[in-house]
Amino acid sequence: MHRDHDEEYPVRHAYSTPTTRADGTRRALRVGLGGPVGSGKTATVAALCRSLRDRLSIAVVTNDIYTTEDAEFLLRNAVLPPERIAAVETGACPHTAIRDDISANLEAVEDLEDEVGPLDLVLVESGGDNLTATFSKALVDAQVFVIDVAGGDKIPRKGGPGVTTADLLVVNKTDLAPLVGADLEVMARDAKAQRGDLPTLFTALTAPDGIAPVREWVLARLDAWRA
Amino acid sequence: MSTHPAPPPPPAPAPAPGGAARAALLVLADGRFPAGGHAHSGGAEAAVRAGGVHDPDSLEHFCRGRLRTAGLTAAGLAAAATAGLDPLVLDEAADARTASPALRATSRKLGRQLMRAARAAWPGPALDALAAARPRGAHQPVVLGLAAGTAGLPPHDAAHIALYESVTGPATAAVRLLSLDPFAVAAVLARLTPDLDRAAEAAATAARAALHDGVDALPAASAPLLDLAAERHARWKVRLFAS
Ligand SMILES: Nc1nc2c(ncn2[C@@H]2O[C@H](COP(=O)(O)OP(=O)(O)O)[C@@H](O)[C@H]2O)c(=O)[nH]1
Ligand SMILES: [Mg+2]
Repeated sequence: MHRDHDEEYPVRHAYSTPTTRADGTRRALRVGLGGPVGSGKTATVAALCRSLRDRLSIAVVTNDIYTTEDAEFLLRNAVLPPERIAAVETGACPHTAIRDDISANLEAVEDLEDEVGPLDLVLVESGGDNLTATFSKALVDAQVFVIDVAGGDKIPRKGGPGVTTADLLVVNKTDLAPLVGADLEVMARDAKAQRGDLPTLFTALTAPDGIAPVREWVLARLDAWRA
Repeated sequence: MSTHPAPPPPPAPAPAPGGAARAALLVLADGRFPAGGHAHSGGAEAAVRAGGVHDPDSLEHFCRGRLRTAGLTAAGLAAAATAGLDPLVLDEAADARTASPALRATSRKLGRQLMRAARAAWPGPALDALAAARPRGAHQPVVLGLAAGTAGLPPHDAAHIALYESVTGPATAAVRLLSLDPFAVAAVLARLTPDLDRAAEAAATAARAALHDGVDALPAASAPLLDLAAERHARWKVRLFAS
């Protein structure tokens, strides 16, 4: 297993989210996925579920802005059985529901665990917002920020809390780079400058097993979480 | 890997004797208190769609109606919970006073969310007992009343908060849904304050009566249009607010 940074896996304990279950075992690892609308968050969630559902017990919480579109996409594509997918309504403020007032999301996570039994991994997809959206540490244990090359190769340089502080930055849709004239080298260099030692991965989910790098990162996180 | 569990947070200091707590009122009433309210419009989204709320004046009219109906009823329940009536009896009384199944579900959902925040802020045996008896959520006004009591506030303050929430939810939602002038909406809220004070007084008086006469003494005002609209709203495919 590779290590992303020298420091130990950050301790993220909150009053409202004990890290162990009543029986003393480690609860599910909660990973938040944020980033602008259309960057590929739902596609990433779907691909992770497909490639991990045979070895892990997974559930997903979606935070659509005004529909249950994402939850329905995941259901339609049968990436998980319906009882493993929950949709939270965010009242026109998707960042509030993942950062300032996380109660509805916490309940969704807890209810999933109650209803489908012990889980290994819970993926929480944010409603899609701007570059400032980040998850509360009381809601998720690690956060992934997903941007895409079609949004322009300047996004890593612009920074913002998502790009700068997320535990993983994913630059998705590299297949489109030649079409939109995005320079991946520049994006990698700017991301490095903004993020220091925090990892950045480039993906094309249209490619066969395009999710592989993100999957390996999630599995490494899960190992660290359980260690 | 190290996982030092953080120590539990220190409990909030004991309330000043004689119900003199003031700042706790502000903390509990603040729209930023993380109790889930931001995702709800208090019926405003449905009213906007129906054309009933379209400008500051119609918003004011709508909110005045809420103060006299859903707001007053919630305030009576909250004040009674603070005054010491059995929260489980009040929880049933809230069911009986909420005709719409969608609104009953919303109230329990918000009660559960408020419970989490309240137990973190003002831990206490009364909240613990209600959380254990209603793990899926007690009605929001009942939780609010208990939380207010735990924070050292009198019943009258619990009524004020319930009424305040009954109009600030729709007002904030209307700003978002209609792009109303936020200053005009602040002025609407200011104009509602005398009515709000009167309703809080009435709710607190009823709660005192309920200590002897039981929950039948509590307000049971409802707004059939709010109930019907809430039922329809719950079935919308596309909406910005959960209720
Ligand atoms: N070309 C290309 N399209 C992608 C890729 N990943 C996702 N998409 C498409 O981008 C669109 C938005 O993706 P979605 O996952 O819904 O974005 P979200 O709003 O961040 O959840 C969808 O049409 C996806 O099929 C990718 O790697 N390459
Ligand atoms: Mg999505």
